[in-house]
Amino acid sequence: MPDAGLRAARLLLATAAAFAAVAFAAGARAAPEAAVAVHYLERRIERPVPLNNEDPIPDDRGLRGAELGLKDSQATGRFVGLGFTLRSTVVEPGEDIRAALARLPAPEGPRFVVVNAPAQDLLALADAEEAGRTIFLNIGAPDTRLRDQDCRARVLHLLPSRAMLTDALMQFLVAKRWGRILLLSGPSAADALYADSLRRSARKFGARIVAEARFDPQGADIRDTAAHELALVSRGPDHDVVAVADEENAFGASLVYNTALPRPVVGTHGLTPAAWGKPVEAWAAVQLQTRFRKLAGRPMDAVDYAGWLAVHAVGEAAVQLRSADPGAIADLLLSGRFEVGGFKGRALSFRPWTGEMRQPVFLLWPGAVAATAPLPGFLHQRTELDTLGLDQPETACRAMRDQRRGF
Amino acid sequence: MRALAAGLVLAVVAGAASGTEVYVSNERDNTISVIDAATLDVTRTFAVGRRPRGVTFSRDGRRLFVCASESDAVQVIDPDTGKLLDSLPSGQDPEQFALHPDGRRLFIANEEDATTTVVDAAERRVLAQIDVGIEPEGMAVSPDGTLAVTTSETTNMVHWIDVATLKAVDATPVGQRPRYAAFTRDGGTLWVSSEIGGTVAVIDVATRQVRHTIPFEIKGVASDRIQPVGIRLTRDGRLAFVALGPADRVAVVDAARFEVLGYVLVGRRVWHLALTPDESRLFTTNGVSGDVTVIDVASRKAIRSVKVGRYPWGAAVRPAGSGP
Repeated sequence: MPDAGLRAARLLLATAAAFAAVAFAAGARAAPEAAVAVHYLERRIERPVPLNNEDPIPDDRGLRGAELGLKDSQATGRFVGLGFTLRSTVVEPGEDIRAALARLPAPEGPRFVVVNAPAQDLLALADAEEAGRTIFLNIGAPDTRLRDQDCRARVLHLLPSRAMLTDALMQFLVAKRWGRILLLSGPSAADALYADSLRRSARKFGARIVAEARFDPQGADIRDTAAHELALVSRGPDHDVVAVADEENAFGASLVYNTALPRPVVGTHGLTPAAWGKPVEAWAAVQLQTRFRKLAGRPMDAVDYAGWLAVHAVGEAAVQLRSADPGAIADLLLSGRFEVGGFKGRALSFRPWTGEMRQPVFLLWPGAVAATAPLPGFLHQRTELDTLGLDQPETACRAMRDQRRGF
Repeated sequence: MRALAAGLVLAVVAGAASGTEVYVSNERDNTISVIDAATLDVTRTFAVGRRPRGVTFSRDGRRLFVCASESDAVQVIDPDTGKLLDSLPSGQDPEQFALHPDGRRLFIANEEDATTTVVDAAERRVLAQIDVGIEPEGMAVSPDGTLAVTTSETTNMVHWIDVATLKAVDATPVGQRPRYAAFTRDGGTLWVSSEIGGTVAVIDVATRQVRHTIPFEIKGVASDRIQPVGIRLTRDGRLAFVALGPADRVAVVDAARFEVLGYVLVGRRVWHLALTPDESRLFTTNGVSGDVTVIDVASRKAIRSVKVGRYPWGAAVRPAGSGP
């Protein structure tokens, strides 16, 4: 028994030392001493009813990801005496998003606002007087211009740009030697941006767009007419694939198997480049998928993943620093040295020249991950991840240059 | 019949490693492949629970423990017959585990539950479930049996568990995605691999501080493909072997000076390692190529590739003389 007593005493000493070393309040389960506040700001978007009874885009897309990021950060933070909070604000269509920002608590130092909104909202927020030293974490706007001429200091992009997505697709097509593309784009502005991005990526990787067509399904019921109309519009010179730019999902789903020639459909439908999706399971992704499904009751999509990644990045920076000081967290996030895991088999980091997160992009069809970009053989002197999206010499972004850099 | 055949093979084989067997779990086949360490042939394959990962032997070599992750159980198997003897309560999704020196208590990392489950294997009783960080994976018990550690892959920490009280008492942050932990024989040092961090941390157990961080660099391999997973330390404390995942190599490390001595090319996506009792040979499980590479420790050369099932993951050596 004296032995046990001695051991207990030694243990007590060791525990006391642990307290002193990291200021634990109650052993390994430190009561959070300091909390990091993260805000979530969303613009609600009215969406058309799905055509083919596809799963609708969930109302809580993005937010649920951020909530999982919060849970994960809390679970980790408790071991180092850090807590995290997440407050969400949803702005209705037509409402001023800057007013919502103005209503958020405005501390002296930086604050962290996850933004799930279109590009013009993000720019309005970043340019608002109330922005101050806020770090905006973009999870809703894939617009390449936000990583190019319209970039802003203190905006980090967790959602890949269209350029990253179409670069990933083009790497796949070039690797397969399916480089002759017939491009079919829809009528919306977003479709035009996606088509532009496909053209740019084709040039970058040496693929060729052999013909282009526009298609507007307005006025017809595409479910009845797809076999005729889409076969007509997808005729053209010899091509290996039909690339479709239909972000609004007006006809793309019906194009698969309705092309004039037996060709795969790629782009916004068919084989799709995406940062995340239901079939992703490698690199322990299945763990994240399971946790998300448990929380949200539905699969995790790319915007959910970006939301998770945004809060996870803030949490990871705080844990690495063992500090809830928003200034220190912001500096680390913007430093160019920050690395974070994201269930993609590589450390993820922010590109210092655009604030966009470097990350692998999956090529998905609903049944499986067909490939993961960067594909083998696409080399880069820094990291192969920089073969996707705007590389340093390609971007017109200057705003990020004035930031404090760690390299 | 199968057991009989295996017995015959064992009886016939002679040589230094005679009778030693290497057990490999095939994650996607739900099987265990048994390799004869002398002939380097697969002598038997038997079915186990779903998604088998961590494997370990009882001290006497008469019981094989298998983490059947998707069956949510630790299975106890008669290694001679492949017969399931018992299924232990393990908590959800057991991935790796460590057997306490008392031969009874199993410390199990429950990947989906953020807990470590402690089970009395003899009484089939859960002794405790300890909250740890997210996605606990690596698990080790100190040689003197007083400390257990688990590494959490998303929290990126080593959690220290006091075995007497079965409580988590401290946490040490390490590199991204820590996957495997191994104590040195004297119990003074803990080695922890960080898959995404790309490093191995050498931690002083007394202070629970990282003393050395070992980086890896391979010409022609992108640094983010170098992903340390399994670790094996030699008993004399001179060498450490580190499996580097999709770099398809095992690093040989001077364990006294923490310097990489060289890399051995193995199969694709190398996960875990097992050393024969005489430490003359190292077996590596190569997940993507579905084989096991056998490395001659003295010459640090790969001498054989042995085809096993789909996605071989865990590996354990059954000591000679414990067979039928």
